[in-house]
Amino acid sequence: MTVAAGFAREDAGQPPLLFPDYRSTALRAPAHPPIPAPLTVTETTGPAGPWDRLMGAAAADLTTQAGGVAQGQRIIVGGRVLDQDGRPIANTVVEIWQANAAGRYRHDKDQWDAPLDPNFTGAGRVVTDDQGRYRYVTVRPGAYPWKNHANAWRPAHIHLSLLGAAFASRLVTQMYFPDDPLIALDPIVHAVPALLRSRLVARFDIETTRPEWALGYVFDVVLRGPDATPVDP
Amino acid sequence: MGGPRIPLGQTPSQTIGPFFHFSLPWAGGADLAGPVPAGRVIEVSGRVLDGAGEPVADALLEIWQADAAGAYGGSKGFAGFGRCPTDEAGRYRFRTLFPGRAAAPGGGLQAPHIAMSVLARGLLKRLATRIYFEDGAGNAEDPILGLAPAERRATLVARRQGGGADYRFDVVLQGERETVFFDV
Repeated sequence: MTVAAGFAREDAGQPPLLFPDYRSTALRAPAHPPIPAPLTVTETTGPAGPWDRLMGAAAADLTTQAGGVAQGQRIIVGGRVLDQDGRPIANTVVEIWQANAAGRYRHDKDQWDAPLDPNFTGAGRVVTDDQGRYRYVTVRPGAYPWKNHANAWRPAHIHLSLLGAAFASRLVTQMYFPDDPLIALDPIVHAVPALLRSRLVARFDIETTRPEWALGYVFDVVLRGPDATPVDP
Repeated sequence: MGGPRIPLGQTPSQTIGPFFHFSLPWAGGADLAGPVPAGRVIEVSGRVLDGAGEPVADALLEIWQADAAGAYGGSKGFAGFGRCPTDEAGRYRFRTLFPGRAAAPGGGLQAPHIAMSVLARGLLKRLATRIYFEDGAGNAEDPILGLAPAERRATLVARRQGGGADYRFDVVLQGERETVFFDV
């Protein structure tokens, strides 16, 4: 077993832990910087399925989960999960969750005064194929207000959770939609350096769009993976 | 192919937010040991606290560990991974197996440990830490534990409670007893 293979480190696109404009970071960001540690077998391995047993059956269509058809603009979101060297990450699970078309989560603590949709839960998971591809069908989530600052609104977004191939690859992120004016005002997006924020924004894709059925978006996810050129073992 | 390739840009991390609970299912949840445990069953519990000492009621903790023999993902029926959201008081509890000793880089063995990810509203990216055990073999020589400054090392060591199989491990995000986190 490889114990200390080379592994890509965080690149410049990752946000800092303390970002004062996002107020909740003030009491939650550690004061000490994380201590750089060599990766051991603990960090270069991770859970590997079988995903059906560990997470339940795949749920790739969020528009028909609850009996009827969900309200809102039907969309297809697809893309590939790759490592930094462009290698596909096959058979990895992509978990998603989101607000409904009105901007409301099916969650007890979401008090935003927008209607719940009885036909929309907002949680799904898909497993990538041998080319690292994933695809799901959902509705475009609505924007919603939050209390970070006066007149604060989260841009429409879909949460994604990826385990990747190793503990070190773990990524939780949010995908945004092109041409959303709220992106330019959002402190959570702004924690990412300006030139690299486009990595969080899906692109509209007419090829993914299905005629007379749903708009299509592409969002590729790049996870940290083993280096192409291993460092000394 | 000539010349070094330019790596693809990594997808930036964003906070998990407060509303993840209806997603992210995991078989067994916080119980990794299951009904037929293949090793010594332990419980690891504690609280997640913020810089004001207040409970973090909307964190998600994930753990990843070796089986009782020190192997990762090697045994059927022990996935080695679990998830536990914190409750209103910031509490969590995992039921799992006492991990065996995994290989250390460059030879030798690591002390028994569990890798932990901390995700929460207000955390723009995952925090990674390790749970060691006060009665674990090899703590003094462990190459990762040894990276923590001596005066903060105790934050990485779970304390045995009541002489049994119950270990206490608090996660302090910020402040005087701040847990040591690793850049992995």
